[in-house]
Amino acid sequence: MTVLIDKDTRILVQGITGHQGTVHARNMNAFGAQVVAGATPGKGGQEVEGVPVFDSVAAAVQKTGANASCIFVPAPFAKDAYLEAVDAGIPLSVIVTEHIPFHDMLTMYHYGRSRGSRIIGPNCPGIAAPGKSKVGIIPNVVFRPGRVGVVSRSGTLTYEIVNGIKERGLGQSTCLGLGGDPVVGTSFVDALPLFEQDPETDLIVLVGEIGGTAEEDAADYIGRRVTKPVVAYVAGRSAPPGKRMGHAGAIIARGKGTADSKLAALRAVGAHVATFPYEIPALVEQFLPKASGR
Amino acid sequence: MVKLAEWRGKEIFRKYGVPLPRGHVVRSPSEVAHALRTAEIPLPCVIKAQVLAGGRGKGGAVRFASSIAEAEEATRAILALEFKGEKVREVLIEEKLPIEKELYVSLTLDRSRRLPLAMASAQGGVEIENVEESAIVRVFVDPFPGLVGYERRQLVQALGVTGAVAKSVDALLTQLWRIFLEEDAELVEINPLAVVGDHVVALDAKVIIEDDASFRHPEFSDVRDDRTPLEEIAREKEIAFVQLDGNIGVIANGAGLTMATLDVLAEFGGKPGVFLDLGGTDDPKKVTEAFLLMAQAKPSAVFLNIFGGVTRCDTVATGLVEAMRQVPAAERFPLVARIRGNNEAEGVAILRAAGITSLSDLKESVQAVVAASGVGA
Repeated sequence: MTVLIDKDTRILVQGITGHQGTVHARNMNAFGAQVVAGATPGKGGQEVEGVPVFDSVAAAVQKTGANASCIFVPAPFAKDAYLEAVDAGIPLSVIVTEHIPFHDMLTMYHYGRSRGSRIIGPNCPGIAAPGKSKVGIIPNVVFRPGRVGVVSRSGTLTYEIVNGIKERGLGQSTCLGLGGDPVVGTSFVDALPLFEQDPETDLIVLVGEIGGTAEEDAADYIGRRVTKPVVAYVAGRSAPPGKRMGHAGAIIARGKGTADSKLAALRAVGAHVATFPYEIPALVEQFLPKASGR
Repeated sequence: MVKLAEWRGKEIFRKYGVPLPRGHVVRSPSEVAHALRTAEIPLPCVIKAQVLAGGRGKGGAVRFASSIAEAEEATRAILALEFKGEKVREVLIEEKLPIEKELYVSLTLDRSRRLPLAMASAQGGVEIENVEESAIVRVFVDPFPGLVGYERRQLVQALGVTGAVAKSVDALLTQLWRIFLEEDAELVEINPLAVVGDHVVALDAKVIIEDDASFRHPEFSDVRDDRTPLEEIAREKEIAFVQLDGNIGVIANGAGLTMATLDVLAEFGGKPGVFLDLGGTDDPKKVTEAFLLMAQAKPSAVFLNIFGGVTRCDTVATGLVEAMRQVPAAERFPLVARIRGNNEAEGVAILRAAGITSLSDLKESVQAVVAASGVGA
């Protein structure tokens, strides 16, 4: 096990019969991941991308031993889909669906946590470990196996950065996209210990955004517990206060959540801060421990 | 964010039994006498502009009247106001109560803890940001049992009230908790909450309903937010579109990449005027639609920065070329495109064949578009 997933992770795609579910089930398999089942109520018995579809998560788990789920179910039904996964004993769910009400997420998060289940997302690209597995939608082409861990609140910006690391001749251990919603299942503070403890990660790239205090909380954790080098970037330094920049999390409200306060907090604990995304690969190269396999 | 005007917030409050002053909303001075009569509002009364911005008291948007004629005159004056850029369309007329004390209570979300947060302060009537920390009590509420008795007592105690007033606050807190959950609110705030005799009364109501929950709340679909007309059209087409002060249009996919693009633009002297987040799409029509929307904002130059993951670069390029064809020659603007990722080579070939500048380096692309916009040239 590296960070959360490995070669043996058995993936159930919830909502596999929809367009997104089908496309990404195919892409996950092409990445080398094991998609073992799909679930869509009322469509049990079908096959999608060579994978059996079940009516319920419990049936899928029983027949295939699925131990992670990837959720593409539309927002009004996503809560139900996740609770079904928890009750079927699935310990990890990546929720790709966007626009899930945060009140639903509060129920999902606290219910799941009380039963030992972890959420990545919602509204997130998911998790990928090149050469091992992928649960989510991060494009396959940006990866190359290596020693750099990436944890991010963004989607496409993450792809761009991961791709930049690859173009520099370096590779990634695990890339984890947390999602930018107001309530996320896994935050930087939850994810950092996984990378710190991962023997295959030598350096952590943290990609933040304006809004909220997740980056400040991360800086506090890094200062106390992280020994590996951290390269950090925060998007949105030119964003005006009060404007919601695309998704719900990214808003500077009442002077809080600015890029400056986040960058200052990260700098103060020794993170190597990139001002622009294209500076990240060079910083990674500079601070990646030399003994590392890269 | 669906921000409700005070009177709409109070309609919700009424549904849940929150004590309110007697009141009536009017849209013209001629409705005043009728409103005072039907809602049995005694004189003197209070007349309040129904705008979303704060600071109404100091800004002349709240007036008092002791006769029907005065109330009509105040209504006329307030309806003529433009308060902090917002036109006043409605006025709320309410009874003027003998206030003994002004308190503060609210429910919102604490993102770091992923818990609802209840706040109370005995110093109501001023903005909560200006109240010292030691005068605010915060209670983090577990969504499963909900706001329970001992937590309500903590909040009541913070307000410094006892006896019958304390009882009325306790009941009110349960009502607020129900509103927060059942109405999918991201904020429910009463400031001031007035002590009047042996009970409390909500003098103001600030309720924000979460956008993402709108599928459960068709009753708020007519609420207009502080969006520009173009932002409104974009919302209907489900495209994230934000107008800023500059002259360069930016089309990107994903909020993070969009913001990073704006940061780089600003660094090189560009002034972003509109940003448009395509999101993930594999439909060239959506790209065309988005681009034509951008054209309506009349940018002096446009930068398209796409990283194709879910989105394919050739799809974006096809949509873009089609959109450029539809923009009348007189309204065309310089365009710099940077498309990377999935099917990149095919996308770039389509753009170049149509004569569109296509670069792969972010810094170089930004410099090109800033120069084309005439600002940094």
